[in-house]
Amino acid sequence: MEGTGLGWIGKSVKRVEDARLLTGRGTFIDDHPPVANACHAAIVRSPLAHAKIRGYELSAALALPGVVGAITGEDVARHTKPFSVGVTAPIHYYCAATDRVRFVGEPVAVVVAKNRYIAEDAADLVQVDYEPLPVVVDPERALDADAPVLHEAVGSNLAGNRRLVYGDPDRAFRDADVVVNERFTFPKYASTPIETYGVIARWDLLDGVCTVWSNFMGPFIMHPLTARVLGLPENRLRFIVPADIGGSFGIKSSIYPYIALIALAAKRLGVPVKWIEDRREHLLASSSGTDRVAYREVAARQDGTILGMRFKWLDNVGGYIRSPEPGCSFRPTGNFVGPYRFQHLEVDASVVMTNKSLTGPNRGYACGHLYFETEGMMDRLADRLGLDPVEVRRKNLIQPDQFPYRTPSGGLYDSGDYPAAFDRALELAGYDELRREQATARAAGRYVGIGLALAVDPSVSNMGYVATALDPQFRAKPEYLAKSGAVDSATIKIDPLGRVIAILGTTPQGQGHQTVVSQIVADELGLVPQDVTVVDEMDTFTRVWSISSGTYSSRFGSVGTSAVALAARKLTAKLVDYAAHLMELPAPSLEFRDGAVRLRDGKGPSYSIKDLAGRAHWNTESLPEGMEPGLQATAVFGFTVAKAVDAEDRVNSSNTYGFIAEVMAVEVDPETAAIKILRYVTVHDAGTIINPMIAEGQIYGGALHGLGGALYEELAYDENGQLLTGTFMDYLVPTASEAPQIEIAHVVSPSPLTPLGSKGLGESSSMTVPAVIANAVSDALAPLGIRINELPMTPSKLWKAIDQAQRTPTGVSAPLASGALQPRRGVSEPRESRALRPRAGVSEPRASFSGHPRSDPTSRTSLQ
Amino acid sequence: MKPPKFEYHAPKSLEEALEALGRYGGDAKVLAGGQSLMPLLNFRLARPTALVDLNRIGSLAYIREHNGQIRFGAMTRQRTIEFSPVVAQRLPLLKEATHWVGHLPIRTRGTIGGSIAHADPSAEYPAVLAALEGEVVARGARGERVIRAGDLFQTYLTTSLAPDEILTEVRLPVMPAGAGYALEEFARRHGDFAIIGIAAVVVREGPRCTMARLATAGAGPVPVRLRAAEQILEREGLGEAAIEAAARRATELVTPDADIHASADYRRHLTGVLTKRALTRAIGVARG
Repeated sequence: MEGTGLGWIGKSVKRVEDARLLTGRGTFIDDHPPVANACHAAIVRSPLAHAKIRGYELSAALALPGVVGAITGEDVARHTKPFSVGVTAPIHYYCAATDRVRFVGEPVAVVVAKNRYIAEDAADLVQVDYEPLPVVVDPERALDADAPVLHEAVGSNLAGNRRLVYGDPDRAFRDADVVVNERFTFPKYASTPIETYGVIARWDLLDGVCTVWSNFMGPFIMHPLTARVLGLPENRLRFIVPADIGGSFGIKSSIYPYIALIALAAKRLGVPVKWIEDRREHLLASSSGTDRVAYREVAARQDGTILGMRFKWLDNVGGYIRSPEPGCSFRPTGNFVGPYRFQHLEVDASVVMTNKSLTGPNRGYACGHLYFETEGMMDRLADRLGLDPVEVRRKNLIQPDQFPYRTPSGGLYDSGDYPAAFDRALELAGYDELRREQATARAAGRYVGIGLALAVDPSVSNMGYVATALDPQFRAKPEYLAKSGAVDSATIKIDPLGRVIAILGTTPQGQGHQTVVSQIVADELGLVPQDVTVVDEMDTFTRVWSISSGTYSSRFGSVGTSAVALAARKLTAKLVDYAAHLMELPAPSLEFRDGAVRLRDGKGPSYSIKDLAGRAHWNTESLPEGMEPGLQATAVFGFTVAKAVDAEDRVNSSNTYGFIAEVMAVEVDPETAAIKILRYVTVHDAGTIINPMIAEGQIYGGALHGLGGALYEELAYDENGQLLTGTFMDYLVPTASEAPQIEIAHVVSPSPLTPLGSKGLGESSSMTVPAVIANAVSDALAPLGIRINELPMTPSKLWKAIDQAQRTPTGVSAPLASGALQPRRGVSEPRESRALRPRAGVSEPRASFSGHPRSDPTSRTSLQ
Repeated sequence: MKPPKFEYHAPKSLEEALEALGRYGGDAKVLAGGQSLMPLLNFRLARPTALVDLNRIGSLAYIREHNGQIRFGAMTRQRTIEFSPVVAQRLPLLKEATHWVGHLPIRTRGTIGGSIAHADPSAEYPAVLAALEGEVVARGARGERVIRAGDLFQTYLTTSLAPDEILTEVRLPVMPAGAGYALEEFARRHGDFAIIGIAAVVVREGPRCTMARLATAGAGPVPVRLRAAEQILEREGLGEAAIEAAARRATELVTPDADIHASADYRRHLTGVLTKRALTRAIGVARG
C-alpha cells in the first residue's frame, strides 16, 4: 500500500471523526457560540390543540429582570410571510401561530432574556387568551363532514388528494383469480437525534445581512423559502452549519420555521438570539413521520403472479402541511411497486390535517409505511393461495436481465440482482431449517414465526417528485415551472507539498463524510487518507450549492461521493496536461497512476503529485500557456436521470436504487406477549461499498430505528390532542439492550450512474424492519388467527389480541391452518374451515389487530 | 427544561439538613441521587422553594448488619448495594432487584433512601421493602421514628413522612437461610419502570411452606403485599396447584391503573403470570 494509496475504497478505514466525538471535542451548535452577547430565547407554546388566539399579555414577562423583550404571533403576521407549501390549497403556514393554534406545542410567542433560565421563567409569565375549538386527531374522522375544520380558507381538512393511475388497474382486478385486501395503520414516530434543534441568528444592520448558525441539514430549497419569508434577497441570508450535527435522520430538515422565528426575534429585539431546543420541545413539536391509514388491495393469479395493486392512503400531516410534505405520499413514487414486476397500480393519496404536530422526512421517508403494507400484502396473498411467502415473492421479482428497469410509475432502477440478494438472505438465515424448527416449536405449543421483507431502497431524491402532488392540468399551465434535480458539489485543493484539502457542501450528521472523502481522494490521487483534510462546515456564502443540496435522502454515498471523485479527476487531468508540458510529450501518452503522472508504457521518468504541486504553486511560469494557475478544482455532479414529473404522473423520484432482503424469526410469549427476536438477517445491495464499517453502522441504526417504530415508539395523542408520550419515559426508543443480533451481508451491483458505482445506504433497514417483524409476529400467531396490521406492537395491545383469540373457541383449532406446517403448493383448505376462523377483526374494523384475512368476507376469492 | 429558581443548601451533617428543611415549612425538597427529582424540577413539575442536598453527608451512606437486620444509610448508592457482599449473602432478593433498577449511570447516582422516599409504585425497592416487611427510620425536629413498610406508602409518590422529616435509614430483615426468592419483572425495555414486577420469597420445610411473601411493583398506587395469595401457599404448600391458585388470587388482589404502556386488564393478567413465574423460580432456589 505504501506509496500507492490505491484501494482505500472498500476498506473499513476508522472514522476520523470519532476521536473528537468520543472525547467530547466535537463542535455542535450549542458548543461554541460564535456570536458575542447572544441572548437566549424560550418559546411559548400552545397548551391547547385547537384554539383561537384572542390576545397576549406580556407585561409580567417583560417586567422580569433580565428579560430583553418578546415577540408574538402579531409580529410574525406583520413582519413575515407564510411559507410556501407543496399543495395548492390555501394553507397559511407561518413560523408561529398568528390567529389560531392548531396543535399542542405550536409556537405562539418568543421571550428573549440574558439567559435561558430567565427566559423560561418569563415564558411562564406570558399569558395568551385562547378560545378553545373542537379537536380532531384521527385522519379518517377529520374528513367527516361534521369534523372540526382547521383551516377555514380550505373548507375541509383535506390538504390535497391525488389519484394516480398507472397501467390499467381496473382490468387487472377484473382479470384476477384472487383479490386480497387489508387495512393497515402506521404510527407517528420520529428519530429523536441526540442533539436537538439549535439556531443562533444575528443581523448586521449595516449591510442588511442576516447570519444564521444552525444544525440545518438541507434540503437547501429551504434557504430560499426562508429568505422569502423574512423578506430578504437570498444573498443577504447566510446559513452556517457547524462541523458536527448530532444526528438527524431527516428530522432536522424541519428546523427552518425556527430559523425564521429566531431570526425575526433577533431583528425585532435588536440582539443576537440563541435558541437551543430542549427535549420536551423536540418531542412535542419538532417533526415526525406521518401516521397513516392505508387500505390495500392486491389482484393476483392463482399461481401467485401479481397483476395489480390499489393503495388508498390517508397521511396525517398534523396542523399544517409543511414542506417537503406531501412527500409522505409521493417521495416513493418511482418505487411504489417495490421490487415487483406488476404493471397496474392505482394510488389514491389523501393528505389530511389534524390537531397533531407537524410532519416531514423521517429516515426512510414513507418507505417504512410503503413496505409495511406491501410486504404484509405479500404474506396475505401467499396465505390465501397456500403458497410459501418465499415463492410468491420470487414469482414477482424484477429479474436481473431487466435492468435498468423502468417502473410503471416512472422509477428507473439503475442496477440490481434481486433474486440473488433474496437467495443470499434465505441461505444465510437457513430458511428451510428455520421452517423445520418452527414446525417442531409449534408442535410443542410455542409461537415461533418467520417473517420476510423485500424492499427497493431509493436514494438521492429527485426534488421534482414533489410536483406529483399537483394536478397534471396545473402542471400543464404555461406559468408553471417544472422542477427536477439532484446535485452536490465538492472542491479539492492540492497544496504545494502535494497534500489535499477537500471542501464539501454537505451537512453530515454523523455519517462520516470526512472519512469517506479521504478514502476516495486518496484513491483518486494516489495518497493515503491521512494526506487528505476534509472540511465540512457548510456556509451558503462560501460554498457551491444548489436547491437540492444537503445531506438527506441518503445522498452523500451516491451524489456527494460522485462530486468528490469528479473533482479529483479534473485535477488528475490537469496534472497530466501539466506534466506533458514539462516532459514535452503528448498528453495522451501519459496517465495519472499510483500518485504520479507516468508514461502509459511504464517506462521513463515520472512526475509525482508532490513534485507537480510544488512547481505549479512556486513557479507559475512553468505552466503551459493557457493553463489556470493553482491546483484546485470544483465539480458539481448532477444526475441526468432526475427529470420532472411527466403528464402521466410518472417520475423517477430517486436516482439510485438499492435493494434489501430480510429474514427474521421471532418467538412470542403468549402469556406476556413479549416478542423475542431469534434471528435477523439483512442483505443489502447498495452498489460499491466505500467503507463497510460505516455501512454496517448505518444498517444497525436503520434496523434499530425500524424496530423503534414497530415495537416502541409512538407520538401518541389523546382525543383532546394532548401528547401522551412527551418524555423519554413514555416515548420509548430502543437501546443497546433491545438490539437483536444482526447478521449482515452485501450483494454488490454497482450503479452505472455514479463514477464509483455507489448508492445510498443511510435509511436502509429502517424501511424494512417494521414489515419483517410484523410478518414474523403474524406468522408466529397464525395459529391464533392474528395478523398484525397496526404498529407499534405494544405488549399490551398484542396481549389483548392473543387473549381475545384464545377466548374464541375456534381459535384453538387454528394451528391446523398454519401454513408452515403443511406442504404449501396446491393444498388449500376446505371452505368451511375458513368460515370458522375468528372474526374479531372483521366485525370490528378498527380493532388493534385484525383477524386472519382469510375470514374477510369482503375479499373475493376463486380459490379452489 | 430549566428548573425555576430555588434556594440550595448543601449541609455537611444531618442536623444541619434538618434545620434547613425545617426553615421552609414543607416548601423544601430533599435531594438524594436526583434521578427522579431533577427531571421533575427541569420539567417544572416540582417547584420547591429550596433544595436540601444530602450528598455531602457522608454519614448517611453505610451498610451494617444489626440485630437480624441489614441497615442501609439512606444515601447508600444502588451501585454499592449491587456489589455488596453482605447484601448478596443476606438479602439476595435486594441484589436481584437492584439489577432491574434503571441503568448503570442511574444506579451509580440513585440511592436506596431516595428510591423509597420517592415512592414510585412501579419501582423495585418499594416492592422489596414491602415483601421483606422492612422499615425505615425518619428523623425530624421532634426526633426519630420507625415506620413499617405497610405504613409508609400512601399513594403515588406519597409517603407518611412529614415535610420536615428526612428518611435516614432503611432496615431490611435478613432473609432466612435457604429462603427461595425471585424478582420477576415485565417492562417494555430493559431498565424501565416495571409494567408489573413481582417480588417473591418462600421458606420451605420439605413440602410445606412456612413463609411466603409476595409484593408488587406497578400494580396500583402503592406496592401491594399479596397476603391472601401468600396464605394459599402457607396453607397448601408449594405444589403446582397451589402456585396456580396463588397466582389466580394475586390477580384479584390488585387494582392496577391503565396508562400509555399497559391497560389495567393486561397489568392484572401479568400480575398472575409473573406471580407464578416468580414463585416457580423462588421455589427452585429454596433449600430446606
